[in-house]
Amino acid sequence: MTKTHVTTTVNGEDTEFLCEPNETLLSVLRNELQLTGTKEGCSSGDCGACSVTMNGRLVCSCLVLGVEAEGAEIGTVEGVSNKENLHIIQEKFLEHAALQCGICTPGLIVSTKALLEENPDPTEEEVRYYLAGNLCRCTGYDKIIRAVMDSAEVMRGGA
Amino acid sequence: MSESQEYKYIGQRTIRPDGFDKVTGRADFGADLSLPGMIWGKILRSPHAHARIKNIDTSKAEAHPDVMAVVTHQDFPAVSAGGFAVGEGQVDFKDLSRNVLADDKVLYHGHAIAAIAAKSEAAAEAALSLIEIDFDVLMPVLDIAEAMKPDSPLLHDDLFTQGLAEQPEKASNIASRMELKKGDVDAGFAAADVVVERDFSTPTVHQGYIEPHATTVRYDEDGQSMVWCSTQGHFDVRAIISTLLSMDLSKLKVVASEIGGGFGAKTTVYLEPVALMLSKKSGRPVKMAMTRDEVFRASGPGSATRSRVKIGATKDGTITAMQAQLNYAAGAFKGSPMGPGCMTAFTPYDVENMYVEGYDVVVNKPKAAAYRAPGAPQAEFAAEMAVNELADKLGIDPIEFRLQNAAKEGTQTIYGPQLKVVGLVECLEAAKNSPQYKQALAENQGRGLAAGFWFNIGGQSSVVINMKPDGTGTIVEGSPDIGGSRASMQMMAAETLGIDTSRLTPVVADTEHIAYSATTGGSRTTFATGMAVIEAAEDVVRQLKERAAAVWNVTVEQIDWADGVATNVASGDKLSVADICETADKTGGQVSGRANINARGAGPSFAVHLCDVEVDKETGKTGVVRYTAIQDAGKAIHPSYVEGQYQGGAVQGIGWALNEEYVYSEDGVMENAGFLDYRIPLSSDLPMIETVIVEVPNSFHPFGVRGVGETGIIPPLAAVATAVSDAIGVRMGDLPCSPPKVLKAIQDAS
Repeated sequence: MTKTHVTTTVNGEDTEFLCEPNETLLSVLRNELQLTGTKEGCSSGDCGACSVTMNGRLVCSCLVLGVEAEGAEIGTVEGVSNKENLHIIQEKFLEHAALQCGICTPGLIVSTKALLEENPDPTEEEVRYYLAGNLCRCTGYDKIIRAVMDSAEVMRGGA
Repeated sequence: MSESQEYKYIGQRTIRPDGFDKVTGRADFGADLSLPGMIWGKILRSPHAHARIKNIDTSKAEAHPDVMAVVTHQDFPAVSAGGFAVGEGQVDFKDLSRNVLADDKVLYHGHAIAAIAAKSEAAAEAALSLIEIDFDVLMPVLDIAEAMKPDSPLLHDDLFTQGLAEQPEKASNIASRMELKKGDVDAGFAAADVVVERDFSTPTVHQGYIEPHATTVRYDEDGQSMVWCSTQGHFDVRAIISTLLSMDLSKLKVVASEIGGGFGAKTTVYLEPVALMLSKKSGRPVKMAMTRDEVFRASGPGSATRSRVKIGATKDGTITAMQAQLNYAAGAFKGSPMGPGCMTAFTPYDVENMYVEGYDVVVNKPKAAAYRAPGAPQAEFAAEMAVNELADKLGIDPIEFRLQNAAKEGTQTIYGPQLKVVGLVECLEAAKNSPQYKQALAENQGRGLAAGFWFNIGGQSSVVINMKPDGTGTIVEGSPDIGGSRASMQMMAAETLGIDTSRLTPVVADTEHIAYSATTGGSRTTFATGMAVIEAAEDVVRQLKERAAAVWNVTVEQIDWADGVATNVASGDKLSVADICETADKTGGQVSGRANINARGAGPSFAVHLCDVEVDKETGKTGVVRYTAIQDAGKAIHPSYVEGQYQGGAVQGIGWALNEEYVYSEDGVMENAGFLDYRIPLSSDLPMIETVIVEVPNSFHPFGVRGVGETGIIPPLAAVATAVSDAIGVRMGDLPCSPPKVLKAIQDAS
C-alpha cells in the first residue's frame, strides 16, 4: 500500500504526516507523531481513552482515519495546558484526586473541556451522561464528577 | 479523626507528585515506549476452546518478507512444575509456560499458540494467517459443576486432586480440595432455632483495567536485556521471565511503566516472555500490545463460583453454626483463589462452629488471575446473602444481627490466628449512624447491607532516600504505584523528616536501581513500602543528626531533632535539613537513607457497605440510587486516595453484582469480548458514592496504616443483591442481577 500524505493542524501547529489509508488517527497520533498522551483502551469507540477534538467536535480517534485529518484541526491532551499553566480542568482533577492509575485521564480531560465549551453550566446528570463514553475503572467516577462540576464553576466565574 | 491533628502532613489532601504528568499526557504507560529499530509482535490465538494441537506449520509465515521472527512453545526451554509466590497467589512455572504459548493442547478460546514479529503491527497481524495448525477439536467444559463430574472431559491428563485423604489414581478437573473447621457444626446446627441454606453462583468477570497489557523489550545477547511493561511487580516479572527463558537474573532488567490499572491481574506475565523471544530471534527491539478483545479472551478473569452456604442461629440472634462449600473455576490451569475464599467467607463473625470446604476446578476458560481481594468477594457474597436472609427470618435488623455476632479482638479465625484489634464494630456503628440508613425508601426501592473482610499483606520492600545538596530528597522505591501510592510515600517521608512534601520526589525504580520489592498487591504498598519509607527517612534523620553534631563538634546526644531542624541543645544553634545537606561534602559526603524490610503485622481491614437500589419492574433494570462505603483504614495517609479506593472498589463490585459476566457460546467462545457488551459501570449508571473512613489504628505500623485497596470490592456483591431482593421480594442468589434475570425473577414470583 502506498502511504498518503496528510496536511493538518494538531494543537494549533501545522503538521504533516504519512499514513496508511486504513490507519486510524489514534495510531497516527501515537506512532507517527509520537503524541502518546492519547491512549488506546479498546479501539472500538467504547472507552473514550483516545478522545480528541476534530474541528471542535469530540471524537474517539480510534474511529477516525488518519487521512480524515486532512485540512482539519485536531486537539489532543497535549494541547490542553499552555506553556506556563495547567488548564483549570487539569488543576481540578489533581485537587479532587479524580484519577488513580491515570490511563483514562487524558481522554476525560479532553472530553470535559469539550463538555464545558458546549455547556458551561451542566447539572450533575448532564456531566454524568456527557462523560458516559469515558470509562474509568479505578475511581467509581465520584471524584471525577466533583472535579468537573468544580471546574465548571471556576471557569464560569473566570469568564 | 482526632489523631489527624498530631500530624503535619499525614491526613492532608496533597497534590500527588505524579499528577502533573498524568493530566498532561506525559506519563508513559505500557504501550508508550518506542525504541530505535523497533518492530511489532502479534499473537496467534486458538479458535477452539479445547483442542489438541497436532501440528503447527510456520514455514509460510517465516518466508514472508515482512516477518522478522516466529515463535512457538517449542522455542522455549522446558521448565518443570514448581510454585512461586506472587502477590497473593502462586505461579506454577510449567503451567505459566503453557499459558504464555500453548504446548500440545489449547485450553480456551483465545489461548496463545504462536507469535510473529514484523516490520509493522499491521504486517504482523496479517502474517498470522500464514501459520497453519492442525487441531483435533475436543469437547469443552465451561461449567464448574460439569467439570467436577467424574465422567467430564479432562483438561489435563496429569492433574490429580490434591488435598484428598487418599491420593487419587484417576486424573480429574478438580485440582485441589481444602477444608477448614473450628468447633462442631453439627452440634451448632442442632442448637439453632432457624437455619438458612441456599445455593449461590457468581459469573466469570474481568478486572477491566482500561490499559491493555503492553510491553516493549530489547534482547541483548551479550549484556543485559530490557523489558518495559505495565505490571504490578517488575521484580516478579524478572523472576518469572528468567525462569521461563532460562536466563540469569543479572541479564535482565525490568522497568515498570506507569500502570493503567491492574486490580491483581497485572501480577503475572502474558506478552513479556514472548516478546523477548521474538526480540532474541529477530535481533530487534519488539513492542507488543493486546487488543481489548485479547484482554478479555486471554487475560485476567476473576473466577466464577458455585457455592452452597448454611447458617443457623438461635431466636435471640446468636449464630450457632456456619457452613459452606465453595467451588471456584480456575480457568485452564489450577490456582483459583479458592484458598483465600475459604479463609475469608465467615471471618466477619465470631461464631464457635464453622466448616468450609473449597474446590479448585479447571475449566476451558482463560486462567483466572487475582482480582482485588482474590476469592473473597465470591465467598463473602454467598455468606453475607445467607446472613441477611437469616436476619430477615429472625426479624432482626441486619446491623444489629451483625453487631451481636461481630468479629473483634481475640476472635478465633477459622484459618488460624486470633484477630488483633479490628474495626468491624466501628464500621457497623458508622453504618447505623449514616444518613442513608435513616432515609426512608421510595416505591420500587430496596436496601441491602453487607460486611467484608480482607487480611492485607506485608512482605518485602526496599527504599533508598537520596538527599540532595539543596536539602530536597528522592525517595527511590520498588513498588509500582497503581493508585496514587507515591503521594503516601511522599507524605510519610515528609512527616518523618519534618520537611515539606514538595521537597521529596518519589520514584519507582527499575530492577537495577533498587533491591527486590514484592509485587504491589494484597493492599501492601502503603503499609509495607510505607514502613520502609519511614525507616529510610529515620536513617536519613540519624545521619543528619550526626552531621549536625560534626558541624558543632558535639555528640549526637546533644542534638535535638524536631520539624526538620537540628538544635544544638547546649548553644541553641539550629541547622535545617537544607543547611546540613548543603555542607554534606564537608562532613563526610552526601546522605542517603536506606531500608530493606520484610514487613509483618499487616492489619486486616473490615468494611460495611450500604446500598439502595430502584428496580424498574417492567424491564428488570436496576439503578443504584444511594450508596455508602464504610471501611477501617487504620490511618488514612491521604484521605482522598483512601476514599478513592473505597469508591472504586464499591463500583467494581456494583458492576459485578448488576451487569458484568462472561457470556459463552456452547462451544466455549466468549460472546461479549468488548466494552460495549461486557458493560462495566459508566458515570451515567451511578450516584455519588458516600464514604466513611473509620480509623482503628494498626499498632504494627508507625502511623497505624492498614491496607485499604481490596476490602471495598467485597461487600457490594451482597449489598446490591440484597437491595435488589428487597426491592422485588425475591431472593437473588445468582449474579449478576442483570435485567433479564431480575425480570424473570419478578415474573416467576407473580
